[in-house]
Amino acid sequence: MTEDFGLTPSQTVGPFLHIALTWEDGNLVVPRDFPDAIRIVGTLYDGAESQIPDGLIETWQADPEGRFDHPDDLRGEKEPPEGFIAFGRATTLDGGHFEIVTAKPGPLPAGGGEIEAPHLNVSVFARGMLDRVVTRIYFSDEPEANAVDPVLNSVDPERRSRLIAEASAKDPATYLFDIYLQGEHESVFFEL
Amino acid sequence: MSELLVPHYPQITGVHPPMDFPDYRSTALRHPTQPLQVLPQRLTEITGPLLGESRVGPTDHDLTVQHDGEPFGQRIIVRGRVLDTRGTPIPHTLIEIWQANASGRYRHIGDNWPAPLDPNFTGVGRTMTDAQGNYEFLTVKPGAYPWKNHDNAWRPAHIHFSLFGRAFTQRLVTQMYFPDDPLFSQDPIFNSVRDVAARERMIATFNLAETKPEWALAFDFDIVLRGPDASVFEEEDDDD
Repeated sequence: MTEDFGLTPSQTVGPFLHIALTWEDGNLVVPRDFPDAIRIVGTLYDGAESQIPDGLIETWQADPEGRFDHPDDLRGEKEPPEGFIAFGRATTLDGGHFEIVTAKPGPLPAGGGEIEAPHLNVSVFARGMLDRVVTRIYFSDEPEANAVDPVLNSVDPERRSRLIAEASAKDPATYLFDIYLQGEHESVFFEL
Repeated sequence: MSELLVPHYPQITGVHPPMDFPDYRSTALRHPTQPLQVLPQRLTEITGPLLGESRVGPTDHDLTVQHDGEPFGQRIIVRGRVLDTRGTPIPHTLIEIWQANASGRYRHIGDNWPAPLDPNFTGVGRTMTDAQGNYEFLTVKPGAYPWKNHDNAWRPAHIHFSLFGRAFTQRLVTQMYFPDDPLFSQDPIFNSVRDVAARERMIATFNLAETKPEWALAFDFDIVLRGPDASVFEEEDDDD
């Protein structure tokens, strides 16, 4: 890297991000009637456990077969399922609450014979945050895959559950995943 | 599969601001306190949304023609390139911008600053870089506004930029500032970037050659996203 191409620094999205970064269908990674569609619902909290209504949650994930429709996924071209767009964007305008409608991703090769369990990568933006933070969403009904996931296994066992969305007792197609920026329940955030 | 050849996007330290920056008071309850876990860059990290034309309307790049009348304020052209740290242009990538109007007010329900709203200005733009990584917006220069962070606090004029690049690791939200703004010295968001050279990369450059006579001033703002390493690594899989 030379000085000429120095990285542009991150800045906060500020409190008015929603005029530009809200898409009407942004939180629909798949249409609501997609086969086996799931909902991931949660609330974004600050360090006082107050709900954050000026945040944005973005998700990125493989398709149900564990593929990315992207030139750097070199496992061979494969069209994603009709209606699947891999990227989700949900605001927390509704009192800190967010909802992503998606399909559960497939497992992924992690190299060295290891397999990553089904997961979504998550970016969190908000006023008061000078850079995004990154976490992951795994699934409570994938205990065997989660048990051998190299990323989950790199996390302190006591904090591992904070990366796992719990299937709702009332509706197994709904998963609950709250995000705490700090405090007693602080989410697990990643450096990448 | 026989092999996976994937780029790696090395971390560059000392450029981004710290998440905990007490001068910007709202960081206090909104920064992680536990150490960050290292996330190796695998398929989910080295891919990302390649958002295309379907997200951009025909007048989205021109914030001055989105209403029946023209917005108030100084017309400006904001142009530049999106590159990675190796200097490689990033083509066909979505750029989203948002900003206050010429009097420093956002068209947002939460903006209570009693400066006039402009009926002819929404303050939202989108465009794609071209095949060479170039982009251009036409807009008006945003005004400064007060924000109560500290005594007599004013945000310098700025335009918010959101970029995706081609990988999850390249996602960036930043702000573009204007040259010689007298408000820089008191602004903790601008000054949260501790490296002086990095901070100055957020300031656009006035470009007299690109101004349009009797029409608009021009500013250049190149944006640099994390780049891939010079080498790619190779993974063998004997199953094929």
